[in-house]
Amino acid sequence: MTVAELSVKLGAKNICLPSPEREVTGAYTGDLLSWVMGRAPADSAWVTIMSNLNVVAVASLADVACVILSENVELDSDALKKAENEGINILSVADGSYETCAALSKLI
Amino acid sequence: MIDNDKVNFHFDIDGDNFTTAGEASVKIKKALRQMGFSADTIRRVSVAMYEGEINMVIHADGGEADVNVYPNKIEIILADKGPGIPDIEKAMQAGYSTAPDDIRSLGFGAGMGLPNMKKYTDSIDIQTEVGVGTTVTMVVNV
Ligand SMILES: Nc1ncnc2c1ncn2[C@@H]1O[C@H](COP(=O)(O)OP(=O)(O)O)[C@@H](O)[C@H]1O
Ligand SMILES: [Mg+2]
Repeated sequence: MTVAELSVKLGAKNICLPSPEREVTGAYTGDLLSWVMGRAPADSAWVTIMSNLNVVAVASLADVACVILSENVELDSDALKKAENEGINILSVADGSYETCAALSKLI
Repeated sequence: MIDNDKVNFHFDIDGDNFTTAGEASVKIKKALRQMGFSADTIRRVSVAMYEGEINMVIHADGGEADVNVYPNKIEIILADKGPGIPDIEKAMQAGYSTAPDDIRSLGFGAGMGLPNMKKYTDSIDIQTEVGVGTTVTMVVNV
């Protein structure tokens, strides 16, 4: 499924969607950046409540398909600018990480 | 900079600047992609270099990064003049971290950096002296 399709199915808000056609093949959740770096599979959807600049760098380097910010967490403006520059897809959902992952497990 | 069979990238890593932390790694990722390396190789170099870069920012007040790209391997050298690592064996343990709380609140300090660097590279060498600094050399074979 593409990130754009996933966003619609989750009822997510598109914070930054430079690569809507990117395929999502799995999911990972975590807020500790080194765990995500080391464990998140490439092309996965990364569910987190972290929203600082470093999230964008980790998403880029770990090569995830998109970041899903749970609990309506807002991205700060520097991070948004960086996500746009780096071509990182970022969605936002109202649900918590648990509910979001439960929904993802039915979709992916 | 081209020296026969290797291409060198050099970066000065700013200490204490979390807004630019990771930028050198992102630049390397882009360069490797342009040079046509596989997604797997790029990911391994990216993860290892990012962890090392972040360590220099968090623990050593910055330093210098050199990445040498050879036809058959990618070498990452991270050198700092920070406090050094008193007990490398302990530092290599998953979960061991001396990062302060304000750093943890940013999502760092999980104590997984050095273990990730070891896991994602073919070799890692750490030269360190307390009060003098640390040089980490990692190689990813292509
Ligand atoms: N470049 C460095 N200079 C000084 N100490 C370091 C350096 N890199 C790592 N360390 C020490 O090793 C520990 C473990 O590093 P790491 O596994 O990356 O975990 P973390 O960075 O999350 O603390 C650090 O908490 C720190 O005490
Ligand atoms: Mg670290």
